[in-house]
Parts: sequence; structure tokens; C-alpha cells
Amino acid sequence: MPVRRGGYQQLASAVNPSLRPSQEGTLQLIFFQVRRFHRAWILVSLTMSRPSTLSIVIRRIIGALPSILGVIIVTFVLTRALPGDPAAYFAGPAASQEAIDQIRETLGLNRSLPEQFIIYVGELLRGDLGNSLTTGQTVVSDLLTRLPASLELTLAGLVFSLTLALPLGILAATRPGSWIDHGVRVLATAGVSLPTFFTGLLLIYVFYFLLGVAPAPLGRLAILYSPPDQITGLFLVDSLLAGDLETFRAALGQLMLPAITLGLFALAPLARVTRAAMLSVLSSDFIRTARASGLAPHTILFGYAFRNALLPVVTTLGVVFSFLLGANVLVEKVFAWPGIGSYAVSALIASDYAAVQGFVLTMALLYVVLNLLIDLLYTVIDPRAGVES
Amino acid sequence: MTLSQPVSPLAQARYILSENYVTFGAFLLFFVMVIFALLGEGIAPYDPLASNASIALSPPSLAHWFGTDDLGRDVLSRVLVATRLDLGIAVVAVVLSFALGSILGTCSGYFGGWCDRIISRIIDTLMAFPLFILAMGLVAALGNTVENIIYATAVINLPLYTRVVRAEILVRRDAGYVEAARLAGNGHLRIMAAHLFPNVLPVMMVHISLNMGWAILNAAGLSFIGLGVRPPTPEWGIMVAEGATYIISGEWWLAIFPGAVLMLAVFCFNLLGDGLRDLIDPRMRT
Repeated sequence: MPVRRGGYQQLASAVNPSLRPSQEGTLQLIFFQVRRFHRAWILVSLTMSRPSTLSIVIRRIIGALPSILGVIIVTFVLTRALPGDPAAYFAGPAASQEAIDQIRETLGLNRSLPEQFIIYVGELLRGDLGNSLTTGQTVVSDLLTRLPASLELTLAGLVFSLTLALPLGILAATRPGSWIDHGVRVLATAGVSLPTFFTGLLLIYVFYFLLGVAPAPLGRLAILYSPPDQITGLFLVDSLLAGDLETFRAALGQLMLPAITLGLFALAPLARVTRAAMLSVLSSDFIRTARASGLAPHTILFGYAFRNALLPVVTTLGVVFSFLLGANVLVEKVFAWPGIGSYAVSALIASDYAAVQGFVLTMALLYVVLNLLIDLLYTVIDPRAGVES
Repeated sequence: MTLSQPVSPLAQARYILSENYVTFGAFLLFFVMVIFALLGEGIAPYDPLASNASIALSPPSLAHWFGTDDLGRDVLSRVLVATRLDLGIAVVAVVLSFALGSILGTCSGYFGGWCDRIISRIIDTLMAFPLFILAMGLVAALGNTVENIIYATAVINLPLYTRVVRAEILVRRDAGYVEAARLAGNGHLRIMAAHLFPNVLPVMMVHISLNMGWAILNAAGLSFIGLGVRPPTPEWGIMVAEGATYIISGEWWLAIFPGAVLMLAVFCFNLLGDGLRDLIDPRMRT
């Protein structure tokens, strides 16, 4: 990963860092002047040479289009690759010959593949993913009602792992060779070895059965409580908006274990990357210069080192999301969480193909959108990212 | 050991292992697992499929170290016998994706141009999916069998191998020895297979080892949600799934033992990968 080295940092690192204390004041003055120059330079480059944020956003969205097209082609091929007659699979085992023929007609299975693809894309554009055999509803409405539960779980897991991984990574990097450093290295290897479903069951056993502090691992809210009025669909947010603290606490209690399970899985790669990135930034010249010029350790660590180390961390977020969305399915099954993951699992077992395809497509599109957001976040953190590509 | 003397690879490996107890332990664990996988039923104390209702759900004891499950089957025997299936699925899947990924990556890195663009686009498309979810979709489309679990695991690992091989070939493509081989009249195929690819192998070993752990996790995850392996067959993922319902009532040994062994297997391959990395290229260490 490239480390950001602006003009002033290179300039200042040329100054001899091993100066006597009496000379520190002069050096700080130079440093201050150079910083002022740098600020002005950023301002100029923002207004003059840099493309506007809007055009960067548009360019990134256009850049994501091939991925979306690829995802649609793959899901299309998957539906048509079913062994035997896809229409019979979509109609379900109990369907009559008329129903199968009707499905064949709507899917266009008696036409050529390119024609079928156009029909498929047309249905996608109209938001039609077919009907679920098990629930009798349209797949789109099924997915939409369950999506907030999955999003709440994934976000909570991500927040949990970030709040733990970033401090751990920084601590390990600032104290190389200490027990905390070794601890983080062990954790990083052990964390990726943990099967999510196993961690979840272990947590249930310890915190529900042995200690009795966690609620029964059955869904988002115990039966005693009624879900808050739907605004965002996230129970934590909705109950707060409604001012219902008791429901909030109950929802949080239910969310805790699954979110920790999910977070532990994502913790390892994040802590590892944070540690590596912090180590490489902390050993660079501009940090040495900043130290030599007597800046407070706090300012160096967070103002200079951490901001540069964030870039590799944000890049890793893409991979982490791939893990999180996959692990989501397993965690939802373990905790009977009513999200789209457990919906897909029951659809898979019931051979409910329309539902499974809809789920795969939704998850893939969600992942493309998340990667797009990460790209945009990257542009915000690293001013050069938008200019280069 | 002086640096000037040529050191045999075996002696070097022994030297590094003696310095690194963790890697040594991982090697030992790996051999134990291979023995379990090879012998399987031979060393299992009981028949993994024989049920006995009178001792159902008995906790771990001297007779049954890991306890018995809801049908009175010995959990230890089932965990031991499952080693072959779990490792087998992962090994075949990794070999498949390694072979295909190496061919694709080598072609894409060596020829560049259109070949590279098409292969990279295919790989990017696979990468646009959350990988476990792609595997679920593949198994759903191809049919719910063990072979398809293997194919699905192979497909989701394909991007890793293709990308690594491509990057490694790309940096060596214009190296002096490749130029020399070309001038000596070697064909493209020979240069790729005999001159370039062997140089990529050491790096690939690290990735294979790390990837094995991941392949085991994925395959177990798929069977945990009920894909592939059918219930009476002992397999770690499915055993955890079967034991999950008993966790809430306190019969922990049904799910915890197979889960812990699964974790240990994955941990072993990850440690092995880290150790191999130190052996092959100390600079890759993070």
C-alpha cells in the first residue's frame, strides 16, 4: 500500500531529526510554515486540478456497472444450468403440467438463450424475481421484509469488530514484541480458523445455558415484546425513535450474541491489516520527522500515522464484507434470526429455486454496492485516489 | 551453521523447524490428521453408524470419550471417521482450483492482451459475489450432492489462484532466463510449463496451505446448512448442525467436539501456511 507523503513531509524529513533541544523551536517553526504551505496546496489542488466529487461518484458508479452485468449473467446462467427442465424446478414438485407450461412461458424457456436473457433482464428491471413456493409471496416482498434484519446484524457485527480491531491493531503496532503484539498475532490466526456456526453455538452454551445472562437465541425480539413501528426496519433505531427504551434493551440483548459471533470472524483480518499498516507507517520518514520536531505522541499516532494506515484497512473492508455476508447466513441459522440468510437456507432445503436465485442476486448486488461505498470512502480518505484513476 | 556452506533444503527445514515450535506442532497435527483420514474406521473405537438407544445422549466418559449423540452413536468415532470426508472434499477442491487457476493465471500473465482481459473479466465477475453465497447458489443450481460441494468450493477458490499465478508470472515474464529460453527456440508451452511455472510453485504452496483451511471451513459451512452430505454420514459440519438443537438443553458434547476438531484442523492449516511462508519468503511475513 502506498503511504501518503505530501510535499511538506518530504521536505521536513530532509531536515536533520537529531537536533539539540534548543533548536527544536526553530524546527517547529519551519514545520509549521511547511504545514501552512501544504494546507494551501491542498486547497488549490481541490479547486483547480481535482475533478469534482460528483464526477468521481459518477465515474465510480459507471465503473461498477460491468460487475452488476456480470452478476446478472452469472445468476441467469445458474438458473438455466439446472439439470433437467428448469420450468419443473421452478414450479415445484407438486405442480401440475399446466403450471409447468405456464412457468415455461413466463420464463421464456422455449425460446433462444439471448431472448431468454432479455426477458430475464426485463423482469429484473420490473422488480420481478418470481414467486416463492414455500411462502406463496413474491420473492421481492419476502426479501424486502427480511432485509433490515440482516442489515442490522451485519452492521452490528462490523461495528463490533471495528471497535475492537482498530485499537488492538494500533496497540500491537506501537508495542512490537510485547505480549499484546503476540496476542494479536495468535488472535489473527485463530480468528480466521473459527467456524462461525461453532463460535455461535459456543457463545449460546456459555452465555445462555451456563451463565443465563443472554436471552434465548430465537430471533430478533422475545415474544413478550412487540416490534417497534417500522421506520428504518432496524429495531435498535426504530425503538429509539419511538422512545421505547425497554424494547431497545430487549432488541440489543437479542442482537448481542449473533453480532459478536459475526464480529469475531471479521476481527482477525481487520486487526492483522491494522497492525501491519500501522507498523509500516510508523517506520516511515515523515513519522520520524514529526517525532523529531516534538509533536505530541497523540498527534503523531492519530493525526499522522492512523490516517495513513486507514487506507489498507478500508481496502480490506471489501474482503471482510464478502466474509460477513457469507457468515451472515450461518449465524442467522444458528440464532434463528429472521433475515434473508435463514430465508435462503430454508428455500434451499425446500428446493425453492426462485427464492434462492433472488437471494443470491440480492446479496451480490448488495456486495457490489458496498464495494462502491468503500471505493467512495477511499476517495474521501485519500485525496489522490480520485485523481489517479 | 555458516552462510558460505551450501545448505541442503532438508537441513534448512530442520533448522527452521527447530527455531519454530509452533510450525513443528502444526506439522505433527497435520500428520495425525492424515493418519486419521487414512485409517478412519480402523482406529475408531466404535462403529460410527451403530446406534444404541439405551446410552443415548450420555456425557463424555471413559468408555465414550466424546460422549454419545441422540441415537447413542459414539461421537469420538464419528469425529474420527469424518476426517477423511472433510479433508477429502477440501483436498480435491483445492487441487481442482489450483490446476485450473494455474493454467488460467499462467496464460493470462504470459500472453497478456485479449487472453488476459477475458480471463480477468471472468475472475472479476466471480469476485463480485460474496464467495460463500456464490457456493450456495452453485450447489442449488447443480444439485445437492457431495461432488457439487467440491465443484462449488473449487470455483470460489479459483480467483485466488488465478490472481496470484498471474501476478507472479507477470513479474517473471520478461526476466533474462525466459528471454534466453525463448532465444534457444523453446515454444510458448515449454517456456510456461518448464521455465516459468516451477518458479511460481513455492509461493503457491503457502497459498495452498492457507486455502486448505478456508476450503474445509466452506465445505463444513455448506453441510452445516444442509447441503451436500446426507445425515447418517459422519461429517463435522453436519454433526455440529445436528448437535445445535441440544446445546440449549445443555448436551454440549454433540456439537462442541466436532466443532472444536474442525477448528483445530483449520487452525493447523493456517499455522502451516504461516510456517511455510517463513520458510519460503520471510519478507511476506506481516
